[in-house]
Parts: sequence; C-alpha cells; structure tokens
Amino acid sequence: MKEISLVIIGGGSAGLAAAVGAYDEGVKDILIIERSPYLGGILNQCIHNGFGLTEFKEELSGPEFADRFIKQAQERNIPYVLESTVLEVTKDKVVTYTSAKEGVVKIQAKAIIMAAGCYERSAGAIGIPGDRPAGVLTAGQAQLLLNQYGYMVGKRVFILGSGDIGLIMARRLTLEGAKVLGVAEIMPYSNGLNRNMVQCLEDYNIPLYLSHTVSRVYGKERVEKIEISKVDERMRPIKGTEMTFDVDTLILSIGLIPNNTLLNNIGIPTGRSRGCAVDNHYESEFEGFFACGNVLHVHDLVDNVVAESREAGKYAARYIQGQLEKKQDRIHVSAGDGIGYVVPEYVALDGSKTTAFKFRVRKPSKNVYITYTLNGNVIKKVFKPVIIPSEMEIMNIPSELLGEGKGELSVSLVQKEEN
Amino acid sequence: MEERDLICIVCPRGCHLHVDKDLNVTGNFCPRGAAYGKQEVTNPTRVITSTVRIENALLPLCPVRSNGAIPKGKLFEAMKEIDKISLKAPVKIGDVVIHDLVGSGVDLIATRDMPVVK
Ligand SMILES: Cc1cc2nc3c(=O)[nH]c(=O)nc-3n(C[C@H](O)[C@H](O)[C@H](O)COP(=O)(O)OP(=O)(O)OC[C@H]3O[C@@H](n4cnc5c(N)ncnc54)[C@H](O)[C@@H]3O)c2cc1C
Ligand code: SF4
Repeated sequence: MKEISLVIIGGGSAGLAAAVGAYDEGVKDILIIERSPYLGGILNQCIHNGFGLTEFKEELSGPEFADRFIKQAQERNIPYVLESTVLEVTKDKVVTYTSAKEGVVKIQAKAIIMAAGCYERSAGAIGIPGDRPAGVLTAGQAQLLLNQYGYMVGKRVFILGSGDIGLIMARRLTLEGAKVLGVAEIMPYSNGLNRNMVQCLEDYNIPLYLSHTVSRVYGKERVEKIEISKVDERMRPIKGTEMTFDVDTLILSIGLIPNNTLLNNIGIPTGRSRGCAVDNHYESEFEGFFACGNVLHVHDLVDNVVAESREAGKYAARYIQGQLEKKQDRIHVSAGDGIGYVVPEYVALDGSKTTAFKFRVRKPSKNVYITYTLNGNVIKKVFKPVIIPSEMEIMNIPSELLGEGKGELSVSLVQKEEN
Repeated sequence: MEERDLICIVCPRGCHLHVDKDLNVTGNFCPRGAAYGKQEVTNPTRVITSTVRIENALLPLCPVRSNGAIPKGKLFEAMKEIDKISLKAPVKIGDVVIHDLVGSGVDLIATRDMPVVK
C-alpha cells in the first residue's frame, strides 16, 4: 500500500490552506484528494465580491480568492489528485479513493485532515406539503448551474430562507432577467447579513416576508404556484394568512450542514456544530484525525476558514513530527444559554498566549455579555452591543485565565441589566 | 436632497443612518457610515459581478467583475453589455474584458484563470 504522511480530504479553501500550513511547518509528503475537476471548492461558484478583506486586505470575488490559495499550494508543489472521491477512511488511517484515471486506490496515512466542506439542507429535510414537481432546488445548486454552466434555473422565482446564499441568488437571478417575487423567512428576523439585505433585496425591491414559510407547492411536472403562510410562535402556518405566487421555481436557502459522514462512519465523536468535536489543535477525539473549514462548523467568511485551516495544518504537521501529544489535563467547553455551539470542544493548555473560541448565538441580541464560566467562576465577560446568529464570533481569551487547564468551561449569553 | 433613512452596509454592524436635506448623517457609529450615507444619497454605486461566455475552456462561462463601483442606475445596462461578449480561452485572472464599462471609467475584468482545454 502506498504510504503518505498527510492526506487531506477536499481541495477547497480549507484543504488548500491546511496543506500550506502543514508544508510550512515542515511536512512535505502531502496528498490533497479532490472530487471535482478543479481545486478551490465552493468558492468557484461564488462569483460575487466581498471575500478576502481580512486575509488580503482587498475585496475579491470567490474564484479570485480560491486562485490565491491554489497558487500558494502550487508554488510549494504540493501534490493533489482531481476527480477523485474518498469513499472510506478507517480507524487505522487507511484512505480509499476512486477515480476514473486510477481506479480504486488505498493509502496508508500518518495523519488525516478532513476538509470536505458542507452540504445544503434540501426539500426533503423540511417536508413542505404538496406536489413534488421539478423546479425546486437549493440555492447552491442554482448558483452552480447559473454561474458555472450558464443554465437559467427559472423565470419567476420565489426563495425560501433568508440565508446569505439565497439573498445573493435573488440579486444574481434578477440581474440575469428573472423576476424574484419574494423571500420568505420562518424566523422573525433575517438570517442574512444586513449588507446583503440592502444590496440584494432592497436594491431590487424584492419583498422579504418574515415569520412566513412556504406552506404548499403546486405543479404537475414543473412548479406552477406556491403558497406561503404566516407562522405562529411554534412555527406552524396560521390558517387564513395564505398568499399565493405564480412561480416556476422555488429556491431553498435553509441551512448548511457539515459533510462529515466519512468520519461519523468510524465513530469519531461529533460536537454541537455537527462536525467533529475537536480540541484547540483541531484534533478530534481520534489521534491524528484533524478537521477544519465547513466540515468542522459552517463559516460565513472564507477568511476565517483559511486562518483556521492553516492552524489545523500546522498542528497535523506537529503530530506527524511527534510534537503533539494528547494531554490528560484539558478543559471541556460547552455552549451555555443563548449559544448554539462552541469550537473547540476541548482546550489543552500548550503555552499559547491566547485561546480562540468560535461560536454562534441562537438569536439576534442587543447589549449582552458573552460570559465565560470556568468551574463555576466567571473568568471573563465581553460586552457586545449587537450580536447575530448569521455571524460567527471569534474571541481570543488570554490563556492565563484558564487556570490549570482542567474542568468545565461554559460560554453563555447574559443580558446586560438596564439601569 | 430628500431626507432618507438607510442601513449602512460598510460593516456587519448595520447602523441605521438618517441623512437630512443638507447631507448631515446621524446614527452612524463610525465615520465610514457618514461617508457611505452621503455617497448613497448623492450617487449610489455598486460593484457588478457576472459571467461571460467562453470557448475552449473547462467550463462554458468565465466569471467577471467590475474593477470598481459603477453607478447603481447603470447595473442593468452593464448586464446587457456583458451579455453581448464572448471570450476564447486562454484567459488570465485580471485580464480586461470590457474597457470603461457603460462609460463609468471602470473596467470589467476576468476573475478566474481559464486555460485551454481540448
Ligand atoms: C453554496 C454555498 C455558497 C457559499 N457562499 C459563500 C459566500 O458567498 N461567501 C463566503 O465567504 N462563504 C460562502 N460559503 C461558505 C464557503 O463554503 C466557505 O467560505 C469556504 O469556501 C468553505 O471552504 P471549505 O474548503 O471548508 O469547503 P468547500 O469549498 O466546500 O470545499 C470542500 C471540498 O471538498 C470536496 N469533497 C467533499 N467530499 C469529498 C470526498 N468524499 N472526496 C474528495 N473530495 C471531497 C468538495 O468537492 C470540495 O471541493 C458558501 C457555502 C456554500 C455551501
Ligand atoms: S456606521 Fe460604521 S459601525 Fe455603523 S455599520 Fe457603518 S461602518 Fe459599521
């Protein structure tokens, strides 16, 4: 069996940045395995601008951002295979992939970095009543078809879910000549960034229906009509509030989920983000298995993906070099009141000055403290005038506050008392 | 100028701005919001991103963007101009695809390397 020190699953921005991180730390025997005919991942279809402000201090489009990392990997001559899909990973770190060129290939790795991105929740996941015609697709599918293949997905479109990809597709389809009749969001607030609300909906007078959902789809072969309804506090459609729209296409932008099946299959524990439960070195509970990017937790900014992934690559390299041992003493981190998930799940003190915590809040909040409680004592409170679920928060906490590095740390949201 | 209420889109904080008749901006947390408020009321601009047809490449489309912001009122006119053209691989990132897009003084550039694929 072929042996390779570091196998990276996925050649998107996470896989590429992880490879660069590992290489620069001294591990050069790497293979990136990518399913598509090109590197760069999902960014290739995100042709809008707004990427790279942190990483490159420039506002780039998705393909340009991807290109920078493809070139960083190519400058280092980091090997990769394309049109190659990983089918299986074993606990002993044997990676099996298949490609038209090579057939089925097995590789023995010393460490594995999981960087397979995320997938979109689809129509089946939310069970909309009514017919099952053609013309219902996810925002990412619409983005791929339109932006890479020039296939116009519909003429009259309705969008369910106010996630950023849905908003961006509302603008894109409008500019390409489609009529976008509206966006329905089941929550009482938008899930997209304010700037996308303005630039993608308001600019084109596309209405947003908050606390509304699609309650029925009509159509024999193709979508002909959809019905939306207002929802009550328990998210159930309210009778008598129905509105119908004559559309040929329904686009779903209802959430992204880490594509972590390969590691789930071998029983690596997962965290609340639905990716692997990792420590502050991006190592999972199985030694030598690392994860980063959208397969670990869904990111809204690729700038954060590459920063995280370079770190994951660096630690994977140290593991291969025998310089990263799992410690007995570590802190278990949990998401307390008002917090959806926190990465990392474990912190093992390693002499770093600060420890980064990444999390999302459950709902938009104003004037709150993000409160860190270690073994019952509040060790840090960070005031936030505004905090929203659609933006991942990153907070660097001084490691000296983490005591001896043992016990339970809870991150929670506490409302500031009015005075 | 008419009074306007706007949401600042410069950063994710999304301040609610009020711009009065004399272009005084209030509600902004930082100076960037004041500049945005003035610009948005007097001459709103946006960067445009789209695709153009390409031959002999891996994919039938090459992504493009304007190399700066163009007046918001010219977005659809720009899309028409973008629709008219067609490229031939190879194309390099940053290649100018249209000079002076709709008279805005801004160029349309390619945003992906498109090597020749036979
Ligand atoms: C539809 C969509 C639109 C988005 N739009 C934006 C946006 O506008 N702005 C923004 O900042 N972020 C956006 N994001 C988030 C974006 O995904 C991240 O910013 C970042 O690009 C994710 O990088 P990644 O490498 O983790 O994932 P990806 O870029 O998805 O890379 C994962 C790679 O793994 C490969 N892969 C998966 N499974 C296998 C396997 N079994 N074998 C081999 N290869 C495999 C995939 O082909 C893919 O290339 C979007 C995400 C999605 C899903
Ligand atoms: S005014 Fe300043 S802080 Fe407020 S949204 Fe604009 S840029 Fe952000």
